[in-house]
Amino acid sequence: MTLYKPKSGQDAFTAGRPISRRTFVTGAAAGGLLLASGLPARAATARGSVQAEALRGNSFDLGIGYREVNYTGTPRQATVVNGGLPGPVLRWKQGETVTLRVTNSLARDSSIHWHGIILPANMDGVPGFSFPGIRPGETFTYRFPVTQSGTYWYHSHSGFQEQTGLYGALIIDPIEPEPFSYDRDYVVVLSDWSDTKPDRIFSNLKKLGHYYNFKQRTFGDFARQASEQGWGNTIQDRAMWWQMRMSDRDISDVTGYTYTFLTNGMTPDDNWTGLFKRGEKVRLRFINAAAMTIFDVRIPGLKMTVVAADGQNVEPVSVEEFRIGVAETYDVIVEPEAGAYTIFSQAIDRSGYARGTLSEQPGMTAEVPQFDPAVILGHADMGMAMDHDMGGMDHSGMNHGEPNKPAVDHTAHGGMPMSADMSAGRAALGRAGMGSNAPIVHPETEQGFQVNMQAQSPRDQLTNPGIGLAGNGRRVLTYADLRNLNNTPDPREPEREIQLHLTGNMSRYIWSMDGIRFSDAEPLPLKLNERIRITLVNDTMMNHPIHLHGMWSDLETGDPDHIPRKHTILVQPGSKISYLVTPDMPGDWAYHCHLLYHMMGMFRRVRVSED
Amino acid sequence: MNMNKHRVSALMAVIALFAGPAARASGSDNPLLLMVSFDEFEWRDTADGDALAWRGEAWLGKDRDKALLKTRGEMTDDATEEFELQALYARAISAWWDLQVGWRGDFQPVEQRNWAAIGVEGLAPGFIETELTAFIGESGRTSARIRGSYEMLLTNRLVLEPELEFNWFGKDDPVNGIGSGVSNLEAGLRLQYIFRRELVPYVGLSWEKAFGDTRRLIEAEGGDASDLQLVAGLRFWF
Repeated sequence: MTLYKPKSGQDAFTAGRPISRRTFVTGAAAGGLLLASGLPARAATARGSVQAEALRGNSFDLGIGYREVNYTGTPRQATVVNGGLPGPVLRWKQGETVTLRVTNSLARDSSIHWHGIILPANMDGVPGFSFPGIRPGETFTYRFPVTQSGTYWYHSHSGFQEQTGLYGALIIDPIEPEPFSYDRDYVVVLSDWSDTKPDRIFSNLKKLGHYYNFKQRTFGDFARQASEQGWGNTIQDRAMWWQMRMSDRDISDVTGYTYTFLTNGMTPDDNWTGLFKRGEKVRLRFINAAAMTIFDVRIPGLKMTVVAADGQNVEPVSVEEFRIGVAETYDVIVEPEAGAYTIFSQAIDRSGYARGTLSEQPGMTAEVPQFDPAVILGHADMGMAMDHDMGGMDHSGMNHGEPNKPAVDHTAHGGMPMSADMSAGRAALGRAGMGSNAPIVHPETEQGFQVNMQAQSPRDQLTNPGIGLAGNGRRVLTYADLRNLNNTPDPREPEREIQLHLTGNMSRYIWSMDGIRFSDAEPLPLKLNERIRITLVNDTMMNHPIHLHGMWSDLETGDPDHIPRKHTILVQPGSKISYLVTPDMPGDWAYHCHLLYHMMGMFRRVRVSED
Repeated sequence: MNMNKHRVSALMAVIALFAGPAARASGSDNPLLLMVSFDEFEWRDTADGDALAWRGEAWLGKDRDKALLKTRGEMTDDATEEFELQALYARAISAWWDLQVGWRGDFQPVEQRNWAAIGVEGLAPGFIETELTAFIGESGRTSARIRGSYEMLLTNRLVLEPELEFNWFGKDDPVNGIGSGVSNLEAGLRLQYIFRRELVPYVGLSWEKAFGDTRRLIEAEGGDASDLQLVAGLRFWF
């Protein structure tokens, strides 16, 4: 790969004039130029275009406050940083120490968490975790050395403030030249906005789990299936869902019914635009800052070369589409040739999309693609053993909230105790990078009203791009594609393994780990500098983006020598996934599902200590 | 007339009691919430003329434990035909089922009856909303009720909901027109339009049929043991 060389003295920040520094992040020049040339009023109104100025350096003053926004025709109050939604892009330099004075002007406590940044626990910004939160009117000064580089983001870790706009992009320029070249650099922050207050969204879900789902299976779907597959097969297929009392259309809890999906704080109509010149390479830093929405991103007409995941460089892989879980980031490089291209980010349940445009000239647009077909869950997404003969479905492999049936044959595993800690000898643990060999054991604590499903045969889904994407005719990124560009940072074999189950009851809208919600859970003890494997088993039908604060999640994608580092792992329905962790910072750390309305329950305190 | 006004204000008082200030999520994953819902609040074209009928509940509680009030009834211009109130403690006992125990009062037709209630309510396989309750009253009275309903989605907005309920009594209660055995069934078929999740207007049919001794008692008084009614109403919750 060619090393990055700024063109004729320009850095990526200002490359490709006449785009100003401000334009680099906001792309607002498109709107501004439209205005200047007297083009349609839609651009002039640019209702959503309230992104804050980018800031760079090592000392920052940030203000958390309210701001009126209007994405739907109805003005609403947002909680924002420096008046922007998203907040300002912060640009740091690897190796420097940054100081951030954050003043809270809200009427309630707030905080900023630096997502994916390795720092001391008291700088991580999670209230109740070595950090008191920032009271109204107070200023908290964060100060820590920046040891890493890449694309990250920041957001509030208080209440539901993320839902109402308290987030922004974080870019750390590396000390060493980057191993890829590009001429332009845009941040693409994807998010979801609702005019409904988050407290109300949450209580709506508690009262009616499918409140926001208007893509449920209808009688017409049933009749259609019956005419295609015959009544007998259809009833047999349906019988499992009837028995489980679950919906195969239960993809997202909160949907386009209430959400407006945003690209850099702009609605699809307002169409955030990034400009390019022919022949330029454009780096797009995708950040999923949504509260609840997983996006499937593509740019019809362009191949995207993924060069970094969660801020960390990976071996470049060329794809046509990728799924980005909440809180994940992907850096891609595209080489647009001429005209305009739509950045199409459809919500995983196809209930809406965020849109942006890459364009040679302001005002040029490209066609917005149709939605892909509705996503439908299958038996494998329940963690059931696959059986391709739909007529002969064996339901015995599944257990849904009924008294425990052991997931594994205990006699075959020497009576493995029902304990999460499986430090039963290193030999039994799979090789670092290759994932877990441990049997799936559902803890007793999963029994009860709070859990309505258990994956009895959870599968590794590393090579599966995710529900609704496999077999769509496009080359879609999978986790198996992610290989660290460098050697595995910590090549040690795992000393022990923890198996954690992601659990919930969608109908009662209760979320937990191992069936235990955060408020009832003991801290999860990790030993300083040990090498530990965490295996997550998803006992639900939803994708959960799981974020471990303060230390890397080294995702075991099948290459021991090039294990990629991530901070957020998207765990597919009914699947299992393993990653290695080296807890190298003492203290208490948050570990949770990053779906905002799952988070409070599906959350653990991780305690890293020397003994 | 005066009597009617009294009854209407009593009903309004019950509704007002249910409609207290809404509890808000407090940042916990298990907030104290209040939910008021009326699955049926409808006009019925009965054999005795126009009637207002309702079936609703209100709960205050958290994920597992709730205080639950249930009410149902039917009023015509002339009389309150039926008015039932239940005050229950509900507890989630499995992924799909709640246990409910408490008190039930029947204030009409003639003499008030009090019962102790114990039952389960939840979602049975096949997505059947199910309620199964046993009642024990004074003087050795017993009763049981089973009801089920199913929401058939014609579209994601248009829903056809069949429902079926049976009531059984262990003893004759001739004053109130009840004979022992399976006393009556109530079958409904309502076509609903989900205007919003919380606001669902509907039209439909309701068929009531009395059996056995209950039927004989009704017919002896010159009533109809079977009545097919047109209904129109609003399902709502908050």
